[in-house]
Amino acid sequence: MPPSPYSAPDNLGEALGLAAAPGARVLAGGTDLLIQTRAGRLAPTAMVDLKRIDRAMGIRPAGQGFVIGAATPCTALRDDAALVAAWPGVVEAASLIGSVQVRNRASLGGNLCNASPAADSVPALIAAGATAVVAGPGGEREVPVEAIPAGPGRTTLAPGELVIELRLPPRPPGGGDAYLRLTPRTEMDIAVVGVGAALVLDGSGRCTAARIALGAVAPTALLVEAAGAALVGTKLEEGAIAAMLAAIDAAISPIDDQRASAAYRRRIAGVLATRAVARAAARARGEQA
Amino acid sequence: MSKLHITTTVNGDPAEFLCEADDSLLAALRGPLGLTGTKEGCGSGDCGACTVMLDGSMVCSCLVLAAEAQGRRVETVEGLAEGGALHPLQQRFLEHGALQCGFCTPGLLVAARALLERNPDPSEEEARYWLAGNLCRCTGYDKVIRAVLDAGRDLRQDHGEKVA
Ligand SMILES: Cc1cc2nc3c(=O)[nH]c(=O)nc-3n(C[C@H](O)[C@H](O)[C@H](O)COP(=O)(O)OP(=O)(O)OC[C@H]3O[C@@H](n4cnc5c(N)ncnc54)[C@H](O)[C@@H]3O)c2cc1C
Ligand code: FES
Ligand code: FES
Repeated sequence: MPPSPYSAPDNLGEALGLAAAPGARVLAGGTDLLIQTRAGRLAPTAMVDLKRIDRAMGIRPAGQGFVIGAATPCTALRDDAALVAAWPGVVEAASLIGSVQVRNRASLGGNLCNASPAADSVPALIAAGATAVVAGPGGEREVPVEAIPAGPGRTTLAPGELVIELRLPPRPPGGGDAYLRLTPRTEMDIAVVGVGAALVLDGSGRCTAARIALGAVAPTALLVEAAGAALVGTKLEEGAIAAMLAAIDAAISPIDDQRASAAYRRRIAGVLATRAVARAAARARGEQA
Repeated sequence: MSKLHITTTVNGDPAEFLCEADDSLLAALRGPLGLTGTKEGCGSGDCGACTVMLDGSMVCSCLVLAAEAQGRRVETVEGLAEGGALHPLQQRFLEHGALQCGFCTPGLLVAARALLERNPDPSEEEARYWLAGNLCRCTGYDKVIRAVLDAGRDLRQDHGEKVA
């Protein structure tokens, strides 16, 4: 493998110029990219490090919402008290990635653009209604997070495009979110299934909005709109949960692999979705969960 | 391809080295910088034997490019002891016999120091979660955890004496 030239530009314009070279790849935390490059699965001709670009780093308030630099390490999320209060589900998902060492490097942008179906932060971001700011030779565009992954290891980004920021909306009044995953071990393992849920309850406990997204049960992280719709207008009674589970069951297409069978994933998807909704609802009601 | 010339700070001292663009920080530490305390267990972020501090946060040096150290601060296990005096963590590891082959020890020491600097009084559970990225094939972890909690106690006492 010829060494790939490394650069660490301090502004986005320069980074876009460098990332436009054929075969160039963006480097954030490197916790996927360096491993895949050494294993020979990727052979980047150049690595463009985003971590010296101000916009790619750190968490900033934006109105009542948040802008998270795409290369910000996951540990920074847990350290931001306002973000933890507003989107605990997103923070708990990012806090499940790897070890402290890995989370001190691993970014949301990398988790998203690596496009693993099992990426932990992605279902949580999708449920929260997060967007990605995509920068490229043609300027910038803001797309829903669920529009980025295209399949295992593939994204909808055009050559030369990169994600510079992730944006989270303000937490709606009466809103709550949660992310749960199942792994055989408590730490340092990849999700068998992951479920992100975000919902809004009115003063009487009736659900007025809900988004459910799942990981590791389809080629990409999956927003199941019908699952959220099944909850809207209900008080999350048994019948509503059953309708949500039926919508999930119809939408997912899990596979057998060394971690779990497809049938087991299907069962667990339902169990975790039920629990994630309960947890998000508890948070929406202002309970500690 | 001409090599990259990197200037950085290692354990408080200015340092410079030459590297290829895709060399890891781990390779630079063990090679041109001659600091072989940091170990390579897996090379894939799983074992933590290569743990170092980079600008104050603990990372797997096998997953950091050497070139990324430009202008940053790197701290390795070699910086733990002050002169001839072992760090309380090193002392407690010895007393508890918290190592057998010792391959995981440098990474555990660096990670444990990072924990105690953040939280000098961690619970056992906090310590175990914090060190979940440091694998040890020999000790079964129990002596490691005892040593870390005892070292925390030592450091709190030291600090108390300085304040008093
Ligand atoms: C020991 C270990 C444990 C792990 N555990 C988990 C886990 O539990 N859950 C989980 O989800 N993942 C896990 N991972 C995988 C990895 O840490 C995450 O996917 C991480 O979020 C990747 O982020 P990164 O910043 O390191 O990305 P990088 O490795 O820098 O990049 C990943 C890919 O995305 C591209 N890319 C990065 N940033 C951008 C951007 N802003 N715009 C466009 N493209 C970009 C890169 O070119 C590359 O192809 C683990 C990895 C290791 C080594
Ligand atoms: S050698 Fe770096 S984590 Fe194992
Ligand atoms: S002492 Fe041998 S691996 Fe920990």
